[in-house]
Amino acid sequence: MRIPGLALVALTLLIRPLWAQEISNFTLDNGMDVVVIEDHRAPVVVHMVWYRAGAADETPGVSGVAHFLEHLLFKATDDMKAGELSDTVAANGGSDNAFTSQDYTAYYQRVAADRLDLMMKMESDRMRDLRLTVDDIATERDVILEERNMRVENNPDALFGEQRRAAQYLNHPYGTPTIGWKHEVEKLSLEDALAYYRRFYAPNNAILVVAGDVDPANVLELAKKYYGPLAPTVGLMPRQRTEEPPQLAERRMTYVDPRVSQPYVIRTYLAPERNPGDQKQAAALTMLSELLGGNGQTSVLGRKLQFETQKAIYTSAFYDGMSLDKTTFGLVIVPSEGVSLAEGEAAMDKAVAEFIEEGVDMDQFARIKMQIKADLIYQRDNVEAMANDYGAALTSGLTLEDIKAWPQVLQDVTPEEVIEAAKMLQDKRQAVTSWLTNPAAQKMTKAEVTQ
Amino acid sequence: MKRIYLAFIALLTFSVVAQAEVKIQEVTSPGGITAWLVEEHSIPFTALEIRFLGGASLDPKGKRGAINLMTGLLEEGAADRDAREFAAAAEGLAASFGFDVSDDSMSVSSQFLTENRNDALALLRTALQEPRFDEDAITRVKAQVVSAIQSAETDPDAISGSTFDRLAFGDHPYATSINGTLETVAALTRDDLFAAKDAVMARDRMYVGAVGDITPEELGKLLDDLLGDLPAVGAEMPEKAPFLLKGGMTVVPFDTPQSVVTFGQEGLERHDPDFFAAYVMNTILGGSGRQSRLMEEVREKRGLTYGVYSYLLPKDYAALYMGRVASANDRVAQAVQVIKDEWVKMAKNGVTAEELEGAKTYLTGAYPLRFDGNGPIANILVAMQMDDLPIDYIATRNDRINAVTLKDIARVAKRLVRPDDLHFVVVGQPEGLESTE
Repeated sequence: MRIPGLALVALTLLIRPLWAQEISNFTLDNGMDVVVIEDHRAPVVVHMVWYRAGAADETPGVSGVAHFLEHLLFKATDDMKAGELSDTVAANGGSDNAFTSQDYTAYYQRVAADRLDLMMKMESDRMRDLRLTVDDIATERDVILEERNMRVENNPDALFGEQRRAAQYLNHPYGTPTIGWKHEVEKLSLEDALAYYRRFYAPNNAILVVAGDVDPANVLELAKKYYGPLAPTVGLMPRQRTEEPPQLAERRMTYVDPRVSQPYVIRTYLAPERNPGDQKQAAALTMLSELLGGNGQTSVLGRKLQFETQKAIYTSAFYDGMSLDKTTFGLVIVPSEGVSLAEGEAAMDKAVAEFIEEGVDMDQFARIKMQIKADLIYQRDNVEAMANDYGAALTSGLTLEDIKAWPQVLQDVTPEEVIEAAKMLQDKRQAVTSWLTNPAAQKMTKAEVTQ
Repeated sequence: MKRIYLAFIALLTFSVVAQAEVKIQEVTSPGGITAWLVEEHSIPFTALEIRFLGGASLDPKGKRGAINLMTGLLEEGAADRDAREFAAAAEGLAASFGFDVSDDSMSVSSQFLTENRNDALALLRTALQEPRFDEDAITRVKAQVVSAIQSAETDPDAISGSTFDRLAFGDHPYATSINGTLETVAALTRDDLFAAKDAVMARDRMYVGAVGDITPEELGKLLDDLLGDLPAVGAEMPEKAPFLLKGGMTVVPFDTPQSVVTFGQEGLERHDPDFFAAYVMNTILGGSGRQSRLMEEVREKRGLTYGVYSYLLPKDYAALYMGRVASANDRVAQAVQVIKDEWVKMAKNGVTAEELEGAKTYLTGAYPLRFDGNGPIANILVAMQMDDLPIDYIATRNDRINAVTLKDIARVAKRLVRPDDLHFVVVGQPEGLESTE
């Protein structure tokens, strides 16, 4: 901390009012929520529809159907031919895409602001009026199998991740991969896709997020015109997934794959998520992950394992509280050459124990809080990222008030709360400790043990 | 596909798409350093992009990986701060500094708040002008580079790209990874790093773009402080690269379920008079961002892949026309055949008037959407200077796209798209594909 101006800088930031991005929100009569984020720097708009439905809302046995349906939404509707929506967006110089997670499915277009009307017309059309054919199913299923090949089967890290999450969640659907298990994806049918579509694709299960060079009153008017007439799904139940039983036994696994060149250890713990009106614990865990493993040079794990000892070439801690149900807190160590996975894991545990003993470095704590403040400025430069944050938060059960409150909840976290949160990391009953390695490295480890 | 193209024409009557209103000023510092600036005072921070031509291709013979390692070490300690002190100082200022290098350029990307701009730049100045290259930091970063080199050896994507480069570029630096090899990296010394820095980070190859809450006067002054003491002249620029790859197929056996394919042939230089025509043509054949012929044929109709695309790659010392696809081992031969067929079709028949109009509408409409944030605009400002484009280029770019005719495309298709020269590198266990000799 040798920057002379630093104390002054922190002070000016504290007294400067936070620049509020203009945010408006409405609810249509059919239950559809609308959020508008204004940014008038460029004549561009991001138009997104978020469904409160993701992979974790699937029925058991048809894993991957949420993602499959996301692909199928680019096929024909009663008013559009297959591919017409994307072609029209492109013909207007825009880009479009969609994505699926455990908790949501979202569709977006980015286009000149004066094309918002057309985007709403097309997006509202496919919310209820998709016309799928058996041919669509066969070809698009091959496409998602190739997507799975690319993302997962060809990638040992991804295969490892699937196995870890399956072990982390004993009963909750987060244990099933979003893209689906291969044997179930191969059997997905038209009926499976339509059942999911009819149940979840409805205005009362959707959030419209419009961000950019727009006037909120005009957005509301257009939303009423295009989304307003759509019929809600009657009797839509609250999102209630199967819950985790008490996790009483530590889990450990080793995945061996010859395609692995860099063995590593990762441990995840079941952890609380951000909840509406109750984000304190999640804020403490967020600060904990930043302190432990946010920046390789300044974090606790980086300092202890990459600098003070050379046990690791890389360390990290991660936590994402944006989740409808229980999330995970993770620790990673990539051991240095000559350091075994067992030694690496032990060193990681020792570093965490020392952190709890030594307490929070107040300089580091202040720097992280300074960055959180600065992010409020930097994030205004990327309205699309902001739109994403809002959509993800709202489909993860949070409210606009929670989103607004979050930076301050983070600022209010105390060092004591962080240490309290860190103690969770010493209870491995809720944890999965996983080693990724290759046959040669594994053989060496075994030889060391027998000698 | 008739239906869709009719829709395109109908849409042409729409009002003009968003205009990129980017006012670029050329700023020359008192010390003579030139930068392009876009003032944007609505958010109190600035994005500053600095690039140096030559990049990792300036590695001396036998010292492959020196410039990459040097780049990784710039943030690992400077002046009176060691690696951790430097990182803590940046963190405390909420400034971000990124150092990166590629075949043709080395870049320094920074973002800093208006209220502590001077402190942030004083810190960045030490990284650019007084890096320490401490021995312990060198050891630590070398281990990270070694890990990256080893990972690339078992990654089918990396293998397909690196195999193509190795076969195409002979002795030129382009033939090998900028990371270097286990041997060359192990041999690099602290002196090599200082030499690498002076080779690439010199004012005779430097380009600067700034966007944000800063005036021309403020920018001019900081340029001299930040960059004025860098060496005036760097290493000699690389030679032009040969292109040695003939048409055919190289199969690299690798035990994985999906084959990864890199394909390519020689392309066109950025300043070729036909470059715009080629760019529009590729948008139709295999460009991303809209439904290309390759996506239609390989993915939509046949379900053979999740993604297939082609792109012009005008590097500074070689021009390529490249593409990628990945497909299951038992289906990849079909995917390759469909791509070859499309190459033949394009060379022979060019494109239709409807396709050309569709591509133009897309490209001209998509262009303004690139200017979405201070960082992206700063990158564009630097890229324009490095490509030797005029300062008013942004306003004229769409006219150049619109000027492309069917005749232009037919000419460039015949000249550029050469099915017999297309070489495929397939990594996997592809059924029905074998290496040509």
